[in-house]
Amino acid sequence: MKTLIFLIPLLPLIGFLINGLGRKYLSKGMAGLIGCASVGSSFIISLLLYFRREELSGHQITKSARTLSEPVFRYFDFIRVDALQIPFSFQVDQLTLVFLLIITGVGLLIHVYSTSYMHHEKSDHFARYFSFLNLFVFSMLLLVMGANYVIMFIGWEGVGLCSYLLIGYWFQNIDYTKAAKKAFVMNRIGDLGFLLAVFWIIDKTGSANYSEVFQHANQLSASDITGITLLLFVGATGKSAQIPLYTWLPDAMAGPTPVSALIHAATMVTAGIYMIARSHALYVNATTTNHIIAIIGVSTALLAATIAMKQNDIKKVLAYSTVSQLGFMFLALGSGAYVAAVFHVMTHAFFKALLFLGSGSVIHALDGQQDIRLMGGLKNKLNITYGTFLVGCLAIAGIPPLSGFFSKDSILLGTYSNGGNLYTFLFLVGVITSGLTAFYMFRLLFITFHGAFRGTEEQRNHLHESPASMTLPLLILALLSVIGGFVGIPEVFIHGGERLGAFLSPVLPVNENHLSNVTEVALMAFTTGIALVAIGVAWLRYRNYREEKTNSLGRVMEHKWYVDELYDNMIVKPVNKLGWFASKYFEKSGIDGMVNGVGRLVNYSSRQLRWLQSGQIGSYVLLMVISMVMFFVFQFFLRK
Amino acid sequence: MPVNDYIFLSITLFVIGMIGVLTRRNAIIIFMCIELMLNAVNLLLVAFSKMPHVAQKAPTFTAGSDGQLFVFFIMVVAAAEVSVGLAIIVMLYRNTHSVDVNFLNRLKH
Repeated sequence: MKTLIFLIPLLPLIGFLINGLGRKYLSKGMAGLIGCASVGSSFIISLLLYFRREELSGHQITKSARTLSEPVFRYFDFIRVDALQIPFSFQVDQLTLVFLLIITGVGLLIHVYSTSYMHHEKSDHFARYFSFLNLFVFSMLLLVMGANYVIMFIGWEGVGLCSYLLIGYWFQNIDYTKAAKKAFVMNRIGDLGFLLAVFWIIDKTGSANYSEVFQHANQLSASDITGITLLLFVGATGKSAQIPLYTWLPDAMAGPTPVSALIHAATMVTAGIYMIARSHALYVNATTTNHIIAIIGVSTALLAATIAMKQNDIKKVLAYSTVSQLGFMFLALGSGAYVAAVFHVMTHAFFKALLFLGSGSVIHALDGQQDIRLMGGLKNKLNITYGTFLVGCLAIAGIPPLSGFFSKDSILLGTYSNGGNLYTFLFLVGVITSGLTAFYMFRLLFITFHGAFRGTEEQRNHLHESPASMTLPLLILALLSVIGGFVGIPEVFIHGGERLGAFLSPVLPVNENHLSNVTEVALMAFTTGIALVAIGVAWLRYRNYREEKTNSLGRVMEHKWYVDELYDNMIVKPVNKLGWFASKYFEKSGIDGMVNGVGRLVNYSSRQLRWLQSGQIGSYVLLMVISMVMFFVFQFFLRK
Repeated sequence: MPVNDYIFLSITLFVIGMIGVLTRRNAIIIFMCIELMLNAVNLLLVAFSKMPHVAQKAPTFTAGSDGQLFVFFIMVVAAAEVSVGLAIIVMLYRNTHSVDVNFLNRLKH
């Protein structure tokens, strides 16, 4: 069993290589099959691993791989400089297992879905798409399986690269490539923070391995801990789209819809959550950082939710809802509720993948139309899509007993149980935000699927339900969105219901909930009530959607609080100006002037010297005679 | 006859030859002038070999004869050089129908 572990990331890598190198020769069917099969096999291995997880602790497995401490599998030395040793090793513990199942499972469904969604692409582009998708899964697997920060960093950079490649998949469109570039640059800013944190860790603890770093966590000084955790968090804000680096994620909608699903549900954005959950041993001691994380998380959640309320692009709404949900996860991390964060990652993977794939199905039916103002009344034609989309909306809105209810509830309870003014305030903002979540999701649902059809006549005749390879993943994800929450039923309802917490307890700290049962149930009823009210308001306002005038606040929200414009004016334009200035004055007149000046000097002086070599023998002889005479004069008269 | 007279004579001959080389463009005349300079030097060598202090230092009948021997060598080498030089001038004339040395700056271009 343990010998198969290295196959989990290796198979998608092989799939990437075959599809990437053979994209000119593979048929669409083959490319899709290879793409799905590689991820599918990884999923099967992950499942096997899950069912036989007791075997994971052990010693020598094969000659090339052996375990160090319990769940670490060491393959070879990756970096070895002086005393610093960074092995290429995997750590497969319970936390990794959860992520493995999410990544490969949801990833597989998205791969299957893609085979029909992308079917109109040319066959070499089709294979290119699947190769990138496989590389994406590979990078993410490397990220969650690495047993030290350096291996994690390889995956960390890998997902950044793949997001760039996939967002800019339709590279003929200049706006899409710009969005890809934006994602890449934003991620790089975060990556710098992560990299500095890793250097700091290696400097202070002499190792990058999780086991050793966390053993030394108590010996680090308070300032070191704060610095390291803050820098790691900067990395997480880049990858997981938090304030101030979130603006790339909505623009990432430029990629094909399944890619958005992959980025938002299974890979990429959960990396930051995973990283902080993995490093919880550092974070538990860093109170300041935790406050900052919680505040930033909740502000991101609120900001993104307000923006999502006024967006008219079906994918943009979902994108901002992802940003908002990620904010919730960071709120959980900042409150020390690590299990709740991982729980929400899992349920969010289910319903967000469902919603994205559902929106893909809608876009597919409408031939690429993404503006919800031009949809409406689709529920009769797209039965399965509507049904599953409704399930996704209910789940994300936190209506019991769907999965989103349990995970969001555990986050909010985790925040509330921290006590203190700050966390109570954050809890209230979180509750409001979850109400807004319900509102904008059902606004999206009602505008898209209810009311009258507002598209063209041609589109109306062309409306069709998507093929089985697209609806099947939808149905599976809908099922998971319904039942996914049952792994974490609060103690109030069923004793021993927190199975995810129990499962993760060897790796993550489970914080004891010291609220009384009455308070807990009251809080749940409160949040659920707000969500129901929000849905009701959405029903009243958007059941029969008509063009409406927006007031000034609405316009600000529609323009995303002008954050993009702010960044553009504050950072992009000054940097461009600086670059222009440097190019003009340092490059052109400074460095170029110096280089050209040397050339011009040589040119000039050699032109002057040319006169000496006239080719007239007489002048040569004259020069010779003159110099000889001068030598004689020097020899006989001047020398003492 | 004092040795100074010989020295002055050879200097005069050498300068005549040198001026000829510098001022004339006809290759044959330049050639003749070079020979003149060569022979001025020969004359000087013979004159120096018979200087009184040379004879005093080594009072044998062969004293200073190495200078005269040297002159013979120079004459032989000069003869060989003349033949080569004249051959070059002949070839030059065949190619350019002129013996003007200023036509020989073609390598510059």
